[in-house]
Amino acid sequence: MSEIVLAYADSGEEMTLNMGPQHPSTHGVIRFIIKTDGEIMHEAIPDVGYLHRSIESIGEKCTYEGFMPYTDRVDYVCAMTANHAWAAAVEKLAGLEVPIRGEYLRVITDELNRISSHTIALGAMAMDIGATTPFMYILREREYVNDLLEMICGARLTYNYHRVGGVGWGMPKGWSDKVKRWCDHFEPVIEEYDRLITNNELFVARLANLAIVTRDEAIDYGLVGPNLRASGVDFDVRRDVPYSIYPKLEFDVPVGTGKMGTVGDCWDRYQVRVEEWRQSVKIVRQCLDQIESTPPDFWKQPKKLKPKGDAMARVEAARGEMACYVVGDGGTNAYRARFRTGSFNAMGMIRDKSRGLMVADLVALIASLDVVAPEIDR
Amino acid sequence: MDAKQIFDHLAAKVGDAVSAFTTEGTKDPYFKVTPAKWLDVAKVLKSDPELAFDFLNNVTAVDWLKQGRIDMVYHLWSYSKGHGCVVKAELPRDKPQIASVYSLWKAADWNEREQFDLFGVEFLGHPDLRRIMLPDDWPGHPMRKDYKEAEAYRGMPTTRPNTLELLPMYDKATPDQKAPQREEQSDE
Repeated sequence: MSEIVLAYADSGEEMTLNMGPQHPSTHGVIRFIIKTDGEIMHEAIPDVGYLHRSIESIGEKCTYEGFMPYTDRVDYVCAMTANHAWAAAVEKLAGLEVPIRGEYLRVITDELNRISSHTIALGAMAMDIGATTPFMYILREREYVNDLLEMICGARLTYNYHRVGGVGWGMPKGWSDKVKRWCDHFEPVIEEYDRLITNNELFVARLANLAIVTRDEAIDYGLVGPNLRASGVDFDVRRDVPYSIYPKLEFDVPVGTGKMGTVGDCWDRYQVRVEEWRQSVKIVRQCLDQIESTPPDFWKQPKKLKPKGDAMARVEAARGEMACYVVGDGGTNAYRARFRTGSFNAMGMIRDKSRGLMVADLVALIASLDVVAPEIDR
Repeated sequence: MDAKQIFDHLAAKVGDAVSAFTTEGTKDPYFKVTPAKWLDVAKVLKSDPELAFDFLNNVTAVDWLKQGRIDMVYHLWSYSKGHGCVVKAELPRDKPQIASVYSLWKAADWNEREQFDLFGVEFLGHPDLRRIMLPDDWPGHPMRKDYKEAEAYRGMPTTRPNTLELLPMYDKATPDQKAPQREEQSDE
């Protein structure tokens, strides 16, 4: 930190600064009350709930199948995995089987959506700290993914594609080839993106050693997914608590290494997501090769869905583990539907993590944790 | 360790504070804990080297209106051991209180605040127990099964007329009630 900033820090005059709820770099409607002395923050207190729609309560008022469109709204940037979490939880509760082609289509769409979600995360992160160009470049790729997903389910953001017992539609004719062609196109784009921004000296200098989350902190605060792995914890729900067809697939789990600074800094959180692009493309390719030899059934619709008991299903979403806990009392509706989301816990640590950071670095911290407001508030 | 072994190992340490290991009627085996002893049990769950539950995955409440109780459900996971467990605590519905586990897992901070906000469960010893989703002066706890929404909050109505019912009104509108046509302006 520069000498001048330090010289003016701690002058004893604390200022309260309000950031949000409509601040563009807070990734949705989030408000921070920042107590700052000069450029150095004493504390940034997150104030959430502006997007609270009580999705869990809606889940108790809809039938199990009818709740599916609402799960899209849990996380609109990566809606497919929210669909998957709910479907998996209800299937686990009711003991339903999913046709193998349905599982493949789920994984393909999950991974495509993970790629498009990470494009938003990384592009927005670069833009938040002042690099506008990468956002434009990478959002072009997101449009392609949206087109592909639109072809299979008719929607670009809120898919409502997964069903209890399978998926809503099969692959349209020629879709598989289109996805393969896009994969061929996307892999060089990642290289290009790396040249453009990932290893850019200014970018690295801005993010390396910033807002370090140690391994113990990450576990203690309940960080999940890329944020957890960036801190050096080698854990991925897809590999370590396997679900769907992930055990049949080969992929690596990228972990933060502290290549440019310290393990768990903002750059590591960025880099882990770039690597996840590569792994997701790898998974999509394998699925497309294997799906050819599966029987054509993709949805086994349950005739009677009145499960009893409780179950929790864990799914690796783009923002980390999304766990869905569902309680059934023998009726057509869930008695309790609970979504445990990655952004909620990530926001919970910002108050402690912000102490001593500069105001401008708060934006980098939020962006690197990749929080999405509807996933916090639900 | 599987769920049964975890329970046996824990029961040997804390005695009758944990009970009723259940596998019937649930997909994830769970056991119950005496609410008054939850913090002691949680300490063992976290610090025992065989159990090593370092990750508090999920904190949930379930309101059982007819039975007159609120169940707290904790999902724990151990990264080092790769096993998980589910702990339930039954609280009386009229005064639900349980110890906060913020001192053990910081993830409990916001999760417990959320359950306090939506279910009214009081977490004793939580450093910052206030509403998180709703405004501080919101009446009641909306996720409770007997919650009745107030008609207005600070003068803002919480319901709105059904727009579908308004549609026939427009059908019956006479020509002069319809939007006036713009007068054509002559070019000069």
